[in-house]
Amino acid sequence: MIHIVVHVLLVLALPPLLTGVIARTKAAFAGRNGPPLLQGYYDLARLFRKGSILPEGSGWVFLAGPVAGVAAPLFASLLLPFGGHTAPVSFAGDMILFAYVLALSRFFTAAAALDTGSAFEGMGAAREVAFSCLAEPALFFGFVALARISGSLSLSQMLGTGPGWVTAGAPLVLVAASWAIVLLAENCRIPFDDPNTHLELTMIHEVMVLDHGGPAFGLVLYGASVKLFVLSALFLRVVFPFNVTDPRLDWIAFVAGILLVALSIGVVESVMARLRLVKVPQLLVGACVLSAFGMLLLAR
Amino acid sequence: MEGAGPDGALLLGAILLLALSGVPGLFARKGGSGGERLAAILTSAASVAGLVPAVRILFFGAGFRMEFPSPLPGGKVLLAADPLSALFLLPVFLVPALGAVYGLGYWPEAGHLRDGRKLRFFMGLLAASMAVVLIARSGVGFLVAWEVMALAAFFAATTEDRQPAVREAGWIYLVATHAGTLGLFGMTALLGATTGSFAWEAPASGIAATGSAHVVFLLALLGFGAKAGLFPFHFWLPGAHAGAPSHVSAVMSGVMLKVGLYGLLRVTSLYGAPPAWWGGLVLVLGATSALYGATLAAGQGDIKRLLAYSSIENVGIAATGIGVALLGRAAARPEWIALGLGGALLHVLFHSLFKPLLFLGAGAVLHGTGTREMDLMGGLLKRMPKTGAAFAIGCAAVVALPPLNGFFSEFVVYLGLLRAFSGPGELLLAGFAAPALALAGGVALAAFVKLFGVVFLGNPRSEKAAHAHEPGLSMRVPMLLLAGACLVAGLLSPLLVPAIDRATGAWAGRSPGGAMPLSSAAPIASVAIWGAAFGAFLALAAAAAALLLRRRSLSRGPTWDCGYARPTARMQYTGSSFGEWIAFRLTPRVATSPLEERLPEGIFPRGARVSAPAPARDPVLLRFLEPLAAKWARRFSGLHALQEGRLTFYLVYVLGTLVALLAWSVLRGWFPLP
Repeated sequence: MIHIVVHVLLVLALPPLLTGVIARTKAAFAGRNGPPLLQGYYDLARLFRKGSILPEGSGWVFLAGPVAGVAAPLFASLLLPFGGHTAPVSFAGDMILFAYVLALSRFFTAAAALDTGSAFEGMGAAREVAFSCLAEPALFFGFVALARISGSLSLSQMLGTGPGWVTAGAPLVLVAASWAIVLLAENCRIPFDDPNTHLELTMIHEVMVLDHGGPAFGLVLYGASVKLFVLSALFLRVVFPFNVTDPRLDWIAFVAGILLVALSIGVVESVMARLRLVKVPQLLVGACVLSAFGMLLLAR
Repeated sequence: MEGAGPDGALLLGAILLLALSGVPGLFARKGGSGGERLAAILTSAASVAGLVPAVRILFFGAGFRMEFPSPLPGGKVLLAADPLSALFLLPVFLVPALGAVYGLGYWPEAGHLRDGRKLRFFMGLLAASMAVVLIARSGVGFLVAWEVMALAAFFAATTEDRQPAVREAGWIYLVATHAGTLGLFGMTALLGATTGSFAWEAPASGIAATGSAHVVFLLALLGFGAKAGLFPFHFWLPGAHAGAPSHVSAVMSGVMLKVGLYGLLRVTSLYGAPPAWWGGLVLVLGATSALYGATLAAGQGDIKRLLAYSSIENVGIAATGIGVALLGRAAARPEWIALGLGGALLHVLFHSLFKPLLFLGAGAVLHGTGTREMDLMGGLLKRMPKTGAAFAIGCAAVVALPPLNGFFSEFVVYLGLLRAFSGPGELLLAGFAAPALALAGGVALAAFVKLFGVVFLGNPRSEKAAHAHEPGLSMRVPMLLLAGACLVAGLLSPLLVPAIDRATGAWAGRSPGGAMPLSSAAPIASVAIWGAAFGAFLALAAAAAALLLRRRSLSRGPTWDCGYARPTARMQYTGSSFGEWIAFRLTPRVATSPLEERLPEGIFPRGARVSAPAPARDPVLLRFLEPLAAKWARRFSGLHALQEGRLTFYLVYVLGTLVALLAWSVLRGWFPLP
């Protein structure tokens, strides 16, 4: 019970810190001081105090986007094991629910973008749905491979296969590499998208939410950070599927690991340039091929 | 007639009532509303009367069996219903009744003097013949019912036969369905030759799947696959479903495609242990159909063509499950059977709720705006809030978003694929099929975001859209009923599991491994509970957000458009632009139709123009079948001499053929072959 409480508290409270860590890492690479680590929280507090302007002609769908964008990743987190602890909700096939709960947030975010009636946001929505449908098979090839390694269809067991690194190291490396790409793509990070620019025609996610303001935009930002947190936790558990013996140490190791993932994302964003838009599908198909190879290695 | 029982009598009565529902209207006064109301009442009464025995057989009874003496070859006509038939009977009785009520507002007699009565007559006949197909258990009776179904669907789908596009689509459908029927004739004859009777009944251990059984299976796949719309036999489907009146599309897409799947299941159920390649082939065709249907759907500009392609995707998902189940029977793995067939059957049931909903919604949009062209719409949610909300539910269900019903059936299919790969005796094919379905799901999500977003969201792109109106009560009620069903059906799926188990048992009873209960193969109850929890959580989050926003100041302002001062509705992203990434960049070039572009040239360029016409015909038809048909037409051109164009000569041909056949049979008696 206490672990479920910790689980929920972590997923509610920690996500905005990740964006702070990434920003600080990038600032350090650029030789700047950068924003405070807690800037994400300050931003949210500021946005939630504001009023909101709704675009003319928009309706309930415009606000359903931000709400689904927060609710879906929060719920999805319940299906994920954090560190060595089993997930609060776990059953055979829970990863399918995980994937489709996240699909729900994508559906409503893209629909909300179309509700504004702006050419710009429609463009972003079209790119978002086109690119993320390529990330989907990469995720599922990974699920299939992990299910085969662990002999289980529940995320808590699939992701806890420490011995897997001994018996099936090569497939796991491929899946981890593939999911690292998925992590960057799904969270709109460089090299796929630049979360810091708002005015470029090559953007994907940020362009969908240009018309959201005030509390609605606060929800969008918070939802994005929760999604980053959830997918980082998924990735972390593939790379580090070991349990530290003590439950408290386990939580500490998990938080440290998540922050390390955020740091690595910051490093990737600092040393890479964004890809040209037409190259984005190629990298995603590459991710699919990587995890498909991982699965193939397990077939015999 | 023996052993009918009350269920059989009630079922036959309901079917008769369905078949006759449109007949009184034929004699009613032209333009009067009596005939159409009577038809709707009769159809609804028949559907209630038919649902009772179907539900009883599915949940409690063991079914019934009736024999009628008949002068047709094969001796007797055998009618029987087991839980497998009963499961497919549910949509047959549900959807046409809703369609008939919807038709009161959508296709009123007063506005359609020329074709309204014909349409209602063939709608009733179509529903009745589908029901007979599902209970016919002897080859000849089955083929008769099958042909009536095919022709009734043809006449219903070509109601607007003054439009050239509808005539062409109807013609292609007619050719496709008869090519399929030809395959079924061959299948019936071969099956009859193997078992010695035309009755589709097998011994307890099933027919041995050897020798001609492989041909029987391939012919069944051709005939039933063409009806179900499986790739590559789907080429007739988009045109026919798009051109038909919307409530006919709802019946064709929601019910008639499933009759094809039923046929495949019925024939394969006769065999004891089908060889592994049967299941493998069905699995590959299913996954291909899913990918193909989703990808083509994303590129369509016509609402109903998009929905038709999505039906190909959904039939593909169900066929994938059937493939896993067939492989499970080949390998004697009860778990694969339970998950594969269970998922497929649930998907059949659920698809017959959300696809009719979407077609009826599309009909309401067509009714309100007068066009099917997505790029002329926009902002309809404001003008048709109820239709829009129902349509949103349908879109969310078809892309399998939890907690709507589409998710639960796809969940079981996925689980079957994952189990087939992860367990011992793993199946590499299943390992590839699960990500393929995931990709298809992602593309379908893009297609339906486009459909919902471009049609209902944003601002109106044309006068037609600006003056759209909500349809009347008779059209709204069926949509709201279906939307409500989509909301709860998935969450209630644990209650459906016993029925699914019975149907699975009826299908797989003859295989050595037998069946296992779905509830022990899949955590159906957990999924339903956590799906419901997710739904509740979403509602809670929405309420909390509404509360948060209520305390803030809200105002309206112009949409931000790159600093451009006067954005207009015409600047919105269109459906063609939205689908462009998938339709042109992520689709193999064979399946796309080229951009029509006139690029700027020279120093003083004239106006440039680029347009992305959605393909008017299916790529398989366009790239493969039409060239092939043209080639063979040239080869056969010499036979034109036989085409006299006078009826007398054709009658002589018929007589000549009969005499030749007679002579052959006599000669064969004289000179027996070694």
